[in-house]
Amino acid sequence: MKIALFIPCYVDQFYPNVAIATLQLLEKLGCDVSYPLTQTCCGQPMANAGFASMTAGCDKNFIANFSGFDYIVGPSGSCVLHLKEHLHDDKRPEQAAAIRKNIYELTEFLTDVLQVKNINASFPHKVGLHISCHGQRMLHLASMSEKVEPEFSKAEQLLSQVKGLQLLKTKRLDECCGFGGTFCVTEEAVSVRMGQDRVKEHVYNNVEYITGGDMSCLMHLEGILKRKKSNIKVLHFAEILNAQ
Amino acid sequence: MNKTIEDHSKAASVFLQDEQRATWHDETLWFVRAKRDKAAHQLPEWEALRDLASQIKDHTLSRLDEYLVQFETKANENGVTVHWANDADEHNRIIHGILKKHNAKNVVKSKSMLTEECQLNHYLRDHDISVVDTDLGEYIVQLREEQPSHIVLPAIHLKKEDVSNTFHKHLNTEKGNKDEVYLTRSARKVLRQKFITADAAITGVNFAVAETGGFVVCTNEGNADLGAHANKIHIACMGFEKIIPKAEHLGVFLRLLTRSATGQPITTYSSHFHRPKEGQEMHIVIVNNGRANQLGRKDFKNSLKCIRCAACFNTCPVYRRSGGHSYHNSVAGPIGSILAPNLDMRKNADLPFASTLCGSCTNVCPVKINIHEQLWNWRQILMKEGYGGTAKKASMKVMATVLASPTIYSLSGKIGRGMMRIMPWSVNNKLNPWYKHRELPEPPKQSFTEWYKKKRKHE
Repeated sequence: MKIALFIPCYVDQFYPNVAIATLQLLEKLGCDVSYPLTQTCCGQPMANAGFASMTAGCDKNFIANFSGFDYIVGPSGSCVLHLKEHLHDDKRPEQAAAIRKNIYELTEFLTDVLQVKNINASFPHKVGLHISCHGQRMLHLASMSEKVEPEFSKAEQLLSQVKGLQLLKTKRLDECCGFGGTFCVTEEAVSVRMGQDRVKEHVYNNVEYITGGDMSCLMHLEGILKRKKSNIKVLHFAEILNAQ
Repeated sequence: MNKTIEDHSKAASVFLQDEQRATWHDETLWFVRAKRDKAAHQLPEWEALRDLASQIKDHTLSRLDEYLVQFETKANENGVTVHWANDADEHNRIIHGILKKHNAKNVVKSKSMLTEECQLNHYLRDHDISVVDTDLGEYIVQLREEQPSHIVLPAIHLKKEDVSNTFHKHLNTEKGNKDEVYLTRSARKVLRQKFITADAAITGVNFAVAETGGFVVCTNEGNADLGAHANKIHIACMGFEKIIPKAEHLGVFLRLLTRSATGQPITTYSSHFHRPKEGQEMHIVIVNNGRANQLGRKDFKNSLKCIRCAACFNTCPVYRRSGGHSYHNSVAGPIGSILAPNLDMRKNADLPFASTLCGSCTNVCPVKINIHEQLWNWRQILMKEGYGGTAKKASMKVMATVLASPTIYSLSGKIGRGMMRIMPWSVNNKLNPWYKHRELPEPPKQSFTEWYKKKRKHE
């Protein structure tokens, strides 16, 4: 089983520890992981801003880096979703289709493909869960509060295997944090207010960490926490699942 | 962002300045969303019901011409006069024509967002006809000369203190008395008089049934009935998408509508109208006003499935924190943001960007409109048509170039994590809106790629 590690560009640049944790975690679970060195970005920042027409270069580069693997795994629901929905190349339609099919967000790869039952990690802390919208509502990594469907959560399934971890949920279980790509600056006031409201619930729960599957949401929440000089820290799922 | 006359982002930041009021607005609407969840979860067949409603609407939109003509024929047989209006102006002129013929000077209105869309009140006022919006929330905003901020809860942006002041000013109620029973009774007293003394009644239409030529109006206050039954002329206005094929389909929609809207199992009044009573005239005005254009847009056609429940408003985290007026369109919220650009792309170019694309709107929609996908699609069209401005396009071009090239990407990443300069949250470092209320992430010494190259040389 040949696995390619896809690291979103902003994680590569700002949160290398998340990428290291993802790599180590997959290797710990016995995976043969390659990291294609000339990967850049999935193209989502442009596409969500209305410029999907400018993503051909990113698509081309992505296909060049990630063709020929059994699975592609990335620690981001949002970027993986973008690729699943929009990756295309008229010259290499079959390779694009194969990638769209074989790409997985990290937690769903762990629960669905590797079927991890015992993660062997320890994190004795109070942790708040932030559910990121794209992973949840579009990749269906967890049940949705709006829908009448059986409750489930792939993230919780994994976090419940971590020794000592106490998971605390917010009352508004799956409300958006307000990051939203360019939304975070074009709609600054609403974006910040949404983030502050999410943070408030975690503060109320007295958590030490907020975790989630998308660093973009967590970066936004971290920005708000730091400005408020809060002690609460953010950590990606991968960092907790890789903690000893 | 596009420079339009009105801009959602700016209006939202003004709305959010009053923190407590913004909290109240968010919590009040969240309460309605929670009631909706509870009502939905009481029906195990909820998702199947949504599927069915969606299919009925899809089918109807694919044969709209046939069903509309069938409806007209049946309505005519029932003694109802059917009018066709291609745009807002024609709609207003038709209604004015009917009223003028009968020398009607005072009109009571209930339950119509379409007449808001067409700005009927202004038109009739300019022709010396007085219109009173009789639904309490609409009445309040009409007295204040405001637009409804929500299609089901038109005065949800106001608190009872505001209503007290408004009623004191216009209805001479006691100053400072904000008891809701007192205020409601005061309004009722005035409105009952209006119903009795009016010359004609205008209502909206929730569902028009092709098979029978009848239509249904759903209200909680019963004002559509009061108006229609107390007057000799009843004019019902409908967008052409309100049609459904058969009476038996009503059960599907009536079960979904109010559960989605307010969490009630059914509206207090679901009034069925088929024919005028003796001595009465009944008119139906069927309106296009841009809907045919939307029907012709493949990616946006199914926005016409909307039954105006406003569930997408209540669940939208952006709507709850920006208020309905920030959308500068008669229909606000996520559904308004996909309908409005069809009416005027330039004026409404900001609205598809007033969303994080979280997708909650799509999940609550009782007729399964893919709202968040349509928001994304509108963004593509608006930018292609040049409504994004040249600066935005240029910065996106830089970003696309850097991100498409591994060489430039790794180079710009190395220099003090220069990637920061092209990312959306730091497009313009001097006036970076990110930094107003948020810290930026601390740039690490090396990127993951750099770490990997050092640690895993065997690769």
